[in-house]
Amino acid sequence: MLGRLTIEALPFYSWVAMGGAAVTVGGGIAVFLLITWLRAWKVLWTDWLTSVDHKKIGIMYVVLALVMLVRGFVDALMMRAQQAFSLNTEGYLPPEHFEQIFSSHGTIMIFFVAMPFLTGLINIIVPQQIGARDVAFPFLNSVSLWMTAAGAGLVLISLVVGKFSQAGWTGYPPYSGVEYSPGVGVDYWLWALITSGVGSTLSGINFIVTIVKNRCPGMTFMRMPMFTWTSLCASILIAFAFPALTVVAGQLMLDRTLGFHFFTNGDGGNMMMFANLLWIWGHPEVYILVLPAFGIFSEVVATFSRKRLFGYTSLVYATACIALLSFTVWLHHFFTMGSSADVNAIFGIATMIIAVPTGVKIFDWLFTMYKGRIEFHPSMVYTIGFMVTFVIGGVTGVLLAIPPADYLMHNSTFLVAHFHNMLIPGALFGYFAGLNYWFPKALGFKLDTKWGIRSFWCWIIGFYLAFMPLYVLGFKGMSRRMEHYADPSWQPYLIVAGIGALFVLCGIACIAIQLYVSAKTWGSARDITGDPWNGRTLEWATSSPPAAYNFAVLPEVTDIDAFHDMKILGQAYQTPQHYEDIVMPKNTWVGLALGALAFGLGFAFVWHIWWLVALCFVLSLVCVAIRASDDNSDFVLPAAEVARIERERLAEISPADLHDMRDFVPRGVASGAPLTGTV
Amino acid sequence: MSAATILEEEQKHALHSREFGFWIYLMTDAVIFALLFASYAVLAKNSAAGPTSKELFDLGRTSVETGLLLVSSLTFGMASIALMHDQKGRVVRWLIVTLLLGLAFLGMELSEFSGMIDKGAGPEVSGFLSAFFTLVGTHGLHVALGSLGIVVMIAQVLTKGLTAPVRSRLTRLGLFWHFLDIVWIGIFSVVYLPGVL
Repeated sequence: MLGRLTIEALPFYSWVAMGGAAVTVGGGIAVFLLITWLRAWKVLWTDWLTSVDHKKIGIMYVVLALVMLVRGFVDALMMRAQQAFSLNTEGYLPPEHFEQIFSSHGTIMIFFVAMPFLTGLINIIVPQQIGARDVAFPFLNSVSLWMTAAGAGLVLISLVVGKFSQAGWTGYPPYSGVEYSPGVGVDYWLWALITSGVGSTLSGINFIVTIVKNRCPGMTFMRMPMFTWTSLCASILIAFAFPALTVVAGQLMLDRTLGFHFFTNGDGGNMMMFANLLWIWGHPEVYILVLPAFGIFSEVVATFSRKRLFGYTSLVYATACIALLSFTVWLHHFFTMGSSADVNAIFGIATMIIAVPTGVKIFDWLFTMYKGRIEFHPSMVYTIGFMVTFVIGGVTGVLLAIPPADYLMHNSTFLVAHFHNMLIPGALFGYFAGLNYWFPKALGFKLDTKWGIRSFWCWIIGFYLAFMPLYVLGFKGMSRRMEHYADPSWQPYLIVAGIGALFVLCGIACIAIQLYVSAKTWGSARDITGDPWNGRTLEWATSSPPAAYNFAVLPEVTDIDAFHDMKILGQAYQTPQHYEDIVMPKNTWVGLALGALAFGLGFAFVWHIWWLVALCFVLSLVCVAIRASDDNSDFVLPAAEVARIERERLAEISPADLHDMRDFVPRGVASGAPLTGTV
Repeated sequence: MSAATILEEEQKHALHSREFGFWIYLMTDAVIFALLFASYAVLAKNSAAGPTSKELFDLGRTSVETGLLLVSSLTFGMASIALMHDQKGRVVRWLIVTLLLGLAFLGMELSEFSGMIDKGAGPEVSGFLSAFFTLVGTHGLHVALGSLGIVVMIAQVLTKGLTAPVRSRLTRLGLFWHFLDIVWIGIFSVVYLPGVL
């Protein structure tokens, strides 16, 4: 009846594991009680959980990412604490537990922090940047969200019921095979990957169609804001790379569950095929995480330097080049696998070539700042911190791309330092910059800048302290993922790294305080105009938070900085001639139901509860069939209602709130005259 | 504009987007099949202690399967032509023929699978057989889901008539069905044909 699920699955074997379970369950109960106490269940259900509004879905994605960031960071803190003290001792974590922690840390940070964070930001912003009223498939968007949440739920519940994988976030066989990892851990990992991976694939398809089909009049491809461009490239990567993850996870699942021989040691399996398939997804994934952040940096740097983005065209081509090249380098993750020297050389060279378009981008941002009037807003500070730090990571990456050098540094903490050096400044700082930059757009009030700056300093100091010692340790020969070690000369570096993690803890605390302080004083930091930073792109033309339909009248675009030009020409904040009826998608419970069923299916599969697997599968098909037969999924918002909402908004804006655009009018052109392409 | 016309206008745009999105979905599915093909190519000779492809494959049976699936693509095409001519009854009839052909294909595939398993050539025997069952089985699962789609669409045509959304769904289902045909041709040429040569 319950498969292999017994009372043994509860974590009574260790105090640390029980503590983790207690925090997870306690957190769940606390949230439940809080919602009940606020009597918010109905609002939550009608306004959020069943919503298909891209802005709300985006906010839910970001909330998921922030919650999981805390969970993933606790893992990091535990690892750093273990290694700081485990010289010639077992430390406080037994090996099986330490292995679970580094596995869940990587899995959570990639799949349930970075992916939902970037998907959330794309969701909130891209439709507004292209002058659209929603994504192409609002319902599919809700399905994606709940599939991702289902994957996150599987990771979280593995803390309470059973164990998580001990095979690392990449789960290489044969160790992740059933012979060496017979428990449920790897199965949890696999189902978390499969469910969230399917969600991501659907998001990718959705964003591609949105950007290709829903742009407002006049917005040609070469007039799209940079963030939209990088989102488009990242979405294409998602659509082409994530199926590989589905395949490789499915194959390992078949190996483990039904005794197949894809990756087994004997019987004709080929475990190296796993490494290839995983990284055919895994390397594009790096750029899926980084490209949208590059887009955010581009937006931020132009806005807060008060200049048109330098080298827009070269940025677009550099983005496209990176997207293409990202499919040609996967083998550099396993140079030591034993391919021939020629094969390694080709992949090594391809890897180094990626540094070229990336370098182009760095120079474009620097030239955007050159002679600009730079304002040190938290998002700009994160951007500058990124540029300085990311270059170091890029240099170590080129070093690792040389196969002979890689043979020495492979699997050492040098590698750990390198990829954290790419992903923390390259991806996470970008998302934090995006959080600070677009928060008022999403929720209607600005974030506190003081705590934003503090969070930045804690993060960047913490980052350097935590990872520069790991570069050194890599040179000194320390392998990654060591539970304890015997070389006393390593310990000082590991203690410094541990202190770095404490700084990062302060950084996360600063973000929490920033959110709290800003929410408490939101009235005084309200964004009335919808354009708090004197922004340049179309998302700043809507109100903050935007009406459900974003734009009452679809804008017309003639250049890359559409809203900037509208402000100069005095076309912003005008009452249109007439309002029109607007078609909006209706809320639906089906997306949430599909997510819940995916969770149930994954959980049942992990524990071999076959009847529940079958039930969830059949119910999912029923949900899809119901939805596929529903021709009544839209409703019309009457023009009168649109007019009322817009009038209320415009009445609130007084001329004193508007930005002074006189400085931006090109010399020799009278205000109000048509602008040429260059400002 | 009245609410009805604006809804219709919006619907036209939405259906257009869905067709484009469906093409991209098919590409993601093509990547899945491409990697399953690649896995098969890597493992095809790894029959370990188990039987080899030469001992197992029967081109005669595969030819019949291929015939069924190719003809089902043709009959779906006939349904699409009937759709262009707004002939509801003929659409349903051709869909039923397509469904029957698809089910016959599935039946043959299942009997092939169970025959192999009975002979001691199940997917747990060797890397070659794991890859074979996964690739061909994934295709079969797609055909099964496509068949379910045909059932749903027959019901929709009968209850809703040939409305714009129903037409769009039929078009997309047709794309899916023809896509599976192409994948099968790949399976025939990469799996069965070299397997017996």
